[in-house]
Amino acid sequence: MNAPLPGPLSGNPNLDRWVAFPAPGKVTISTGRVEFGQGVLTAMAQVAADELDVALDRISVRSGDTELAPNEGYTAGSMSMQFGGVALAQACAEVRALFLAQAAKVAGCSASELTIADGKFLRNGRSTGQDYWTLAGAVDLHVKATGAAARKALKDLKVVGVSSPRSDLPGKVFGEATFIHDMTIDGMRHARVVRQPNRGATIASVDEAAIRRAAKGPVEFVCNGNFLAILGEEEAALDAAALAATTHVKWTNVEKPALLQQEPNWLLQRPAIDHVIGAPEAVDAQGKERFEATYTKPHIAHASISPSCGLSVYKDGHLTVWTHCQGVYPLRAALALTLKLDQSAITVHHVQGSGCYGHNGADDAAADAAIIAVQKPGVPVRVRWRREEEFVYEPKQAAMVVKVRALVGKDGKPSDWTAEIWSGTHAGRPGHGSPLLGGEALPDPLPLPPPSDVPESGGGGATRNAEPFYDIAAKRIVHHLVPETPIRVSSLRGLGAMANVFALECAIDELAERAGQDPVAYRLSIISDPRARAVIEKAAAMAKWDPKAPSGTGRGRGFAFARYKNRAGYAAMVVELEVDEEIRLRHVWCAADAGLVVNPDGVINQLEGGVIQSASWVLKEQVRFDDGVSSVDWLSYPVLKFSEVPEIDIELVGTRENAPLGVGEVTAGPTAAAIGNAVSHALGARIRDLPLSRDRIMTALLKD
Amino acid sequence: MAKSVAFSVNGKAVSVSPANDDTPLLNILRNELGLMGTRFGCGLEQCGCCTVLVDGQPEKSCAKPVWSVAGKKITTVEGLGTAAKPHPLQQAFLDEQAGQCGYCLSGILISAKALLDRNPRPTRAEIAEALDGNICRCGSHNRIMRAVEKAAAVMRGAAS
Repeated sequence: MNAPLPGPLSGNPNLDRWVAFPAPGKVTISTGRVEFGQGVLTAMAQVAADELDVALDRISVRSGDTELAPNEGYTAGSMSMQFGGVALAQACAEVRALFLAQAAKVAGCSASELTIADGKFLRNGRSTGQDYWTLAGAVDLHVKATGAAARKALKDLKVVGVSSPRSDLPGKVFGEATFIHDMTIDGMRHARVVRQPNRGATIASVDEAAIRRAAKGPVEFVCNGNFLAILGEEEAALDAAALAATTHVKWTNVEKPALLQQEPNWLLQRPAIDHVIGAPEAVDAQGKERFEATYTKPHIAHASISPSCGLSVYKDGHLTVWTHCQGVYPLRAALALTLKLDQSAITVHHVQGSGCYGHNGADDAAADAAIIAVQKPGVPVRVRWRREEEFVYEPKQAAMVVKVRALVGKDGKPSDWTAEIWSGTHAGRPGHGSPLLGGEALPDPLPLPPPSDVPESGGGGATRNAEPFYDIAAKRIVHHLVPETPIRVSSLRGLGAMANVFALECAIDELAERAGQDPVAYRLSIISDPRARAVIEKAAAMAKWDPKAPSGTGRGRGFAFARYKNRAGYAAMVVELEVDEEIRLRHVWCAADAGLVVNPDGVINQLEGGVIQSASWVLKEQVRFDDGVSSVDWLSYPVLKFSEVPEIDIELVGTRENAPLGVGEVTAGPTAAAIGNAVSHALGARIRDLPLSRDRIMTALLKD
Repeated sequence: MAKSVAFSVNGKAVSVSPANDDTPLLNILRNELGLMGTRFGCGLEQCGCCTVLVDGQPEKSCAKPVWSVAGKKITTVEGLGTAAKPHPLQQAFLDEQAGQCGYCLSGILISAKALLDRNPRPTRAEIAEALDGNICRCGSHNRIMRAVEKAAAVMRGAAS
């Protein structure tokens, strides 16, 4: 019986959707996963090189394209290699088997006598004169995958497991036109959108003359309902016009987030949709001590370094869109609904942008360009958001409150655990049914979808990693989904995992302290999963963890562990830092288990990036409101600088017998918690609210 | 239309006629001269993506009126080296795989070039300080600083 096809392959079963031999010596593979700096295209090529037995440099990768690449939904959730990589490997294995069968027919032998070396077919080690390219005309790849072909055995993987240089990096180092921002089309016009302040806001007046004066150059206005855009040839003129429009276009029905909505505790009094996951509430707490603590995390921004950009042209009834979003197929579906076009009349191509870390403004900028393009048939349009526009209008990660309650036995170990969570949704993507921003300003905007979050089957949104991975008899999550949030919220790296792991792993440290135990030994006493134990022990060994290091000295060390989504990659971490009025990170040691690793250096790069970004969130980041979003640039939304990053040591401890697991998000939670625990160790006082700001440190010190 | 402005870019004399007096140098580099390597990040002189050398000094080009560089020498990332003949910094960035999305790298390479030109033996702290005007959001900082150290060593070796 054939093996079941990996998910993305069963959804896109035709082999020519995945592999092509376009010219002698050349292989093209296609993937629905897109590059945003995580090195996925290089890793996919490595997978294909092994399965097809061709040299890596013969392979070019096509990705994120509704005409040419498979539909794999979103490139998100650290799932590219776990699912997309396995699907590509199976597709390549099937292609290889078809070619082997054809080569055997030509050579008049059995396929088992043949091997392939860099695309050439050998019989008993000698050339058959056949290769993929001579045979390609006789092998029809427009056939469905069957699951019959076996992928390579682990021992035969030669390219997988080796650190390959990233194929996208040279262009970025030599300043080539790599990004969507660098793309131009003949006859292209630049555009800026005058953003509707909120859904339902309507244009009261437009002082076109004042805007034109500010532009100091010719500009054109395009309007549809409350969607207003300014077009022109000169970007400088457009930027000036767009800035002027923020004061010379007046709106009614404006709603602005208020200062008091900035703090996560605002969520506690809001209407919510509640659901409980896990064991029933404990009734008998006899002989147990109760522990309760509340942790909070504010709204945070993706804060991508490049402002969102989109290009589009509408010609002969067909809309073409270029975007740096994470899912070209879901964007196509959303554009079809927004513009009342058939999906078959829309093509969406992915072009690289900067790192996105989730659902930033990319989809919306593409929609802006498409809306304008449909109004201006035949004219290619490029929209680039302004920096302030990006900060104010990108969807943020929801603020969260996490209350941990535990019952603790005489042995100091928790027997019952509740994580009670208040949060807005983490599922605000167009593919989740949320409208594209520009579409909300059009006449008759699409209705808002009913409130929902990423389901537990998808790893959960606000509930992600809320359940401890420790051996605790009864565990439950009480989830309060708050549908009305002061600003638009959606998916950011790790979704709820950062706040939940921060809460859970800080609580574990607090319990260890109550029990008078070393945090590492305490964790090991309540966890039996061998891979979890291995990373915990490894991280402690790497850092030469000292259980007797005194607390309250101003220098601290903290520990944390998580298995992402409780079913993906493992990471354990030690953070060393110093605190006086502010926190100075010194060193991070991290052990991670991602199973079979395709590109070790690529994986380490992702883990390091996760550490640094999470450290930035925890030390510095909060989206602030003051009669509107007041975090509008890099001064009002500072992120970690070069002089503030710690030394980072990372070791991979997984074995290749285990399935590949994504790593982009696994360090987000443990970094936050290890910093929280290290600050507590340094100060001798606990801070449970993020970010760990100077004010909070001073308050904690004074309380002491 | 404002009057023409002459300066040099990567050793080549250019003369441009900006649409406005205050058209930024970055727009001229990208939209008139087709040098896309210098990136637009914020337009506010905050993130460093648009850093170029002006007479050897690292400066942000996104809000710098082009008239202010009349007669000056501009160096952009394209002027550092090419794939066939990379600058030691570019080679070191590739060797260390120093970058993720890479959007910040053009500006960082330029800031690093300015540092090494004035200080061939920088400490890690001096490298960090020189790059603090450049934001990297992906978290490639340590690799980038290692690459700068490595390039410095290579350049000292070549000079001795």
